[in-house]
Amino acid sequence: MSAVVTAPASAETGQARRGAPRRRRWTRFVLPAYSWLIIAYLVFPIAVMIAYSFNKVTTGLPQVSFAWNGFTTQWYQQWKDIPQLTSAFWLSIRLAIVATLFATVLGTLLALALVRYRPPRFRGRGLVEQIMFLNIAAPEIVLGASLLGLFVTINVARGFVTLLLAHVAFSIAYVTVTVRARMAGFDRTLEEAAADLGANAWVTFRKITFPLIMPGILAGALMAFALSIDDFVTSNFVSGSAVPFPVWVYGATRIGIPPQVFVFGSAIFAVGILCALTSIVVARKQT
Amino acid sequence: MEQPVLADHPGGVTRRPRPRLGKALAPYLLSLPAGLWLLVLFLVPLVVMLSLSLQSCNTATGACVMTWHWGEFGQQLSLYHAQFITSFYFAGAATILDLIVSFPIAYWIAFHGGSKKNFFLLMLLVPFFVSFVIRTVVWEFILSDQGIILGTLKNAHLLPQNFHVLATGYAVVAGLAYNYLPFTALPLYVAIERIDKRVLDAAYDLYATRRQAFLRVILPLTVPGLFAAFLLTFVPALGDYLNQQILGGTSNTMIGTVIQNSFLVNLDYAGGSALSAVLLAIALVGIFAYARLLGSRTIEDYI
Repeated sequence: MSAVVTAPASAETGQARRGAPRRRRWTRFVLPAYSWLIIAYLVFPIAVMIAYSFNKVTTGLPQVSFAWNGFTTQWYQQWKDIPQLTSAFWLSIRLAIVATLFATVLGTLLALALVRYRPPRFRGRGLVEQIMFLNIAAPEIVLGASLLGLFVTINVARGFVTLLLAHVAFSIAYVTVTVRARMAGFDRTLEEAAADLGANAWVTFRKITFPLIMPGILAGALMAFALSIDDFVTSNFVSGSAVPFPVWVYGATRIGIPPQVFVFGSAIFAVGILCALTSIVVARKQT
Repeated sequence: MEQPVLADHPGGVTRRPRPRLGKALAPYLLSLPAGLWLLVLFLVPLVVMLSLSLQSCNTATGACVMTWHWGEFGQQLSLYHAQFITSFYFAGAATILDLIVSFPIAYWIAFHGGSKKNFFLLMLLVPFFVSFVIRTVVWEFILSDQGIILGTLKNAHLLPQNFHVLATGYAVVAGLAYNYLPFTALPLYVAIERIDKRVLDAAYDLYATRRQAFLRVILPLTVPGLFAAFLLTFVPALGDYLNQQILGGTSNTMIGTVIQNSFLVNLDYAGGSALSAVLLAIALVGIFAYARLLGSRTIEDYI
């Protein structure tokens, strides 16, 4: 990257005289080695999780043991043998889908308002921004505990609805921020051109604005989905009778983790990483 | 396909003045749904929490009555100040570790990632593809007394048989550091990536040594990112209770566990609310300092 600026003519790095004199030693060996080491550290527990999903169980109880007892694919064949775990998983999926729909629509509308209108026309814009900032930066346990306090005070039974209310509440700001970031380079003259050509506001939005901000909305939706499906702290406070996947796993840690948990974990990881790699490949092809 | 519609579109070509009221209301209408949701399910709960902390609760039934009992804060703090200190200690240690560990890799990806930048960023995010609870449980497996690391070292007689990491503060800090590393690395990456490489070249042109260029150009320019990374790592780690419960055993209780038990086990909503309010106040100090110094919007750049 910097070589382009410093010495476009010299292809050999050693010839780039204007760069740092001893740049090569660090960047060529120590830094990359260190970085790969950190990546290995980040990936290591995931490899362990996948390995333990193939661990045999020697005791009669359906619990993964810390010790390695041999390889088996038994738990992949019996992935739905623990009904509560399976239903917790599907509850998490349903919850994440519905929460994503709500959070994406609300967050995108808010992002539109924040991008297009400034204080003379949009009083309170600064207040909205500060509330979002607070929402993102506040400790999640406080949000979860305060929501439980609200539900207890107004006597609402805890279940799917309270989970949904909470998940949308903590996702909106993230969606708004993501969508807004992608809208930053948006060319407003395209909309004016559409209006000049006689399109009304709705047609302009449907034919011009929406397709252009679609990647941002998708990114925001992915963010909301990931936040919702992985949420433990808030869910643990407001779940009550409806137990989502992370809360069920947390409960299971007290009695012993059944191997199926790692099967689900590995499956979620595989799907997620495939989606991410696909998006990287697609993005690279487009450029 | 729909261009011919123009002809029969009344007033389509001449820009008809739109209804004024609708246009004036547009920003408010667009932000109303999200604003209401955040008002009712973010701000109102915080007010309820403050109000609950001043009420007296029947811990058997969970019923609360307003008594303006300000002493609740003092009582809770005298009972649980040790847990607050432990939380500070663990979250601080994990955050500092994360800052030190992730700065070089963020630097390397930003300056030398080349065409593989997106791949390396994905690798930084890779822990997030596994559920938070499962990640922590896996660390329990890794650090267990006869697990992959300790078991192997013990079999090789490099460690005494009674050596253990689980149920100590070290295990908690290790878990926190792993779980929150991406929250540190990404803001740092964003900050370093944003540095104009020509500024660096200018420093070298002016005969800066590598050390000077780093200390006087790169580091000052990454200060906002360092602050954002600190905030985004320290605040969630401070309120974390999962790592402590799974990796820390019964000792080393952090304040999150106390709050969780107050709300879910002891049904002491007043006490739990008071502790949450204190935790929020502590976080707010950092949040306001950040907003004053760098502006509240800038944190969005690092998410």
